Amino acid sequence: MHLTLEFGGGLELLCESVKVHNVNVDMPKGADKLTMKDLLAWVRTNLIKERPEMFIKGESVRPGVLVLVNDCDWELSGQLDTTLEEKDVVVFISTLHGG
Amino acid sequence: MESSGGNASRIRREIEALKDEKARIEQKILELENQLREEVSLAPQQQENESVCDGCCPSLSAADANLAHGLTAGSIYRYSRHLLLPSFGVQAQSNLLKSSILVVGAGGLGSPALLYLAASGVGRLGIVDHDVVELNNMHRQVIHTETYIGQPKVKSAAAACQSINSTIQIVEHEQALRTSNALEIMSQYDIVVDATDNAPSRYMISDCCVVLGKPLVSGAALGLEGQLTVYNYKGGPCYRCLFPMPPPATACQRCSDSGVLGVVPGIIGCLQALEAIKIASDVGEPLSGQMLLFDALSARIRSVKIRGRSPQCEVCGENTTFNQQRFKDFDYEKFTQSPLSTSPQKLKLLTPESRITSKEYKERVVSGEPHVLVDVRPEHHYKIVSLPKSLNIPLTSLEARVPEISSALKGQEEGGGSGANLYVICRRGNDSQRAVECLQNMGFDLAKDIVGGLESWANDVDPNFPMY
Repeated sequence: MHLTLEFGGGLELLCESVKVHNVNVDMPKGADKLTMKDLLAWVRTNLIKERPEMFIKGESVRPGVLVLVNDCDWELSGQLDTTLEEKDVVVFISTLHGG
Repeated sequence: MESSGGNASRIRREIEALKDEKARIEQKILELENQLREEVSLAPQQQENESVCDGCCPSLSAADANLAHGLTAGSIYRYSRHLLLPSFGVQAQSNLLKSSILVVGAGGLGSPALLYLAASGVGRLGIVDHDVVELNNMHRQVIHTETYIGQPKVKSAAAACQSINSTIQIVEHEQALRTSNALEIMSQYDIVVDATDNAPSRYMISDCCVVLGKPLVSGAALGLEGQLTVYNYKGGPCYRCLFPMPPPATACQRCSDSGVLGVVPGIIGCLQALEAIKIASDVGEPLSGQMLLFDALSARIRSVKIRGRSPQCEVCGENTTFNQQRFKDFDYEKFTQSPLSTSPQKLKLLTPESRITSKEYKERVVSGEPHVLVDVRPEHHYKIVSLPKSLNIPLTSLEARVPEISSALKGQEEGGGSGANLYVICRRGNDSQRAVECLQNMGFDLAKDIVGGLESWANDVDPNFPMY
């Protein structure tokens, strides 16, 4: 499944400072869909190059990270259970505090 | 030496006092000039009315000239371009003039926000800040001028706002916002603008807005990115609905550590002023339930839909017990594991035997002691300024580059006898301690860090060493 993944608010530093990743993610074996839970595991293995604790906590993202699926908060689409579709855009953004 | 030092500080004090006085006098002149302008702009009408009416027919004073909105002649002229906007007009301007807005923080975000809020005619504008103006603020905190370096930001910002618009009321709150004073200060305003720079302040301000029922315009900027949204507005989410758990302290970067391109908070601060003006004047759709994300490098602004108010929210949810008393008792620094003030942290990881001061290091250099100095700052920091003959190995790549340290030590030993020492330095003396801990674990038992880093070198050894 082709997806566009974007990292912002400093999270890009965990994946070699690259903000936009056009990726191809396979569905888990035996499954007929790809969920955000699957995608997080895939990102953790394939894109995060350092300090994974700055991205993942437990089976979800760490506090302070907003996840957007097609410009919409994943809380509104079922969080980890959100089903992804071809060409979806998923954004991971760390909340900023500076000023 | 001492008497000349005493003289210098006396002269500095005198200059400060005179500058204060100058600012006061200039302020007074401005107020009087504005008063005069208002008088003059009203006078012709009055004279005309009097001569035509001759005291017997109904007067055509400003009050009768269909000015039910209450704007004075001076206000009509000053805000004429607002009044000419069909979607803004007299009603919105009149609402704005009756509104009160509090801006917390007169820094990178607060600077443009305050300038535009003052210019646009917010009736009462409050400013909270406890900091003083510093030279390294000037690149982004555009409300301040060089003459105010060393003076309170609140004073500087208030003077700038008043010189743009002497007809509005500016209130100075020269103090740090705390749970002890936040309720009292924030309750005096209709709308709050969060222009602070740290996580505990953001939770504190949002919670206080919920308790007091005030809308909150929240902006943030770091590096080349900015974020903006409106919380607690007409049933919308609060900060805690979005972020019920605080992020780890290591994820809360500060502009003073990570840097920020000056214009980025400038843009977000302007947008904060815009959202505050929309709420105050009751025009348009404030950015509630949405978040604006700004990426300077790709010149992209996108607005995303965020969750609504959470029924489970600890502060604004359905079964909340959070109230003014709970707010006063809440420890925001403990909750977020980071300080409300912006002063950089001072770690103490090492025993005194594993540390030397910058002065001691200087003596060892002068005595020709064979040693290796490892600078563990990131490469782009090292490029700004560094000590001679130091070896730059950033902390993040320390483990991988240990062989370089070993061979540098060997080189020193060959040149100047046995037992070359290993010193580690960074900007302020925190990362150098982490590095020494790491090196000691890898067998470099004698590794020592330089207390206070390059900052202490500049303070205690070489006053001409550039600091950033």
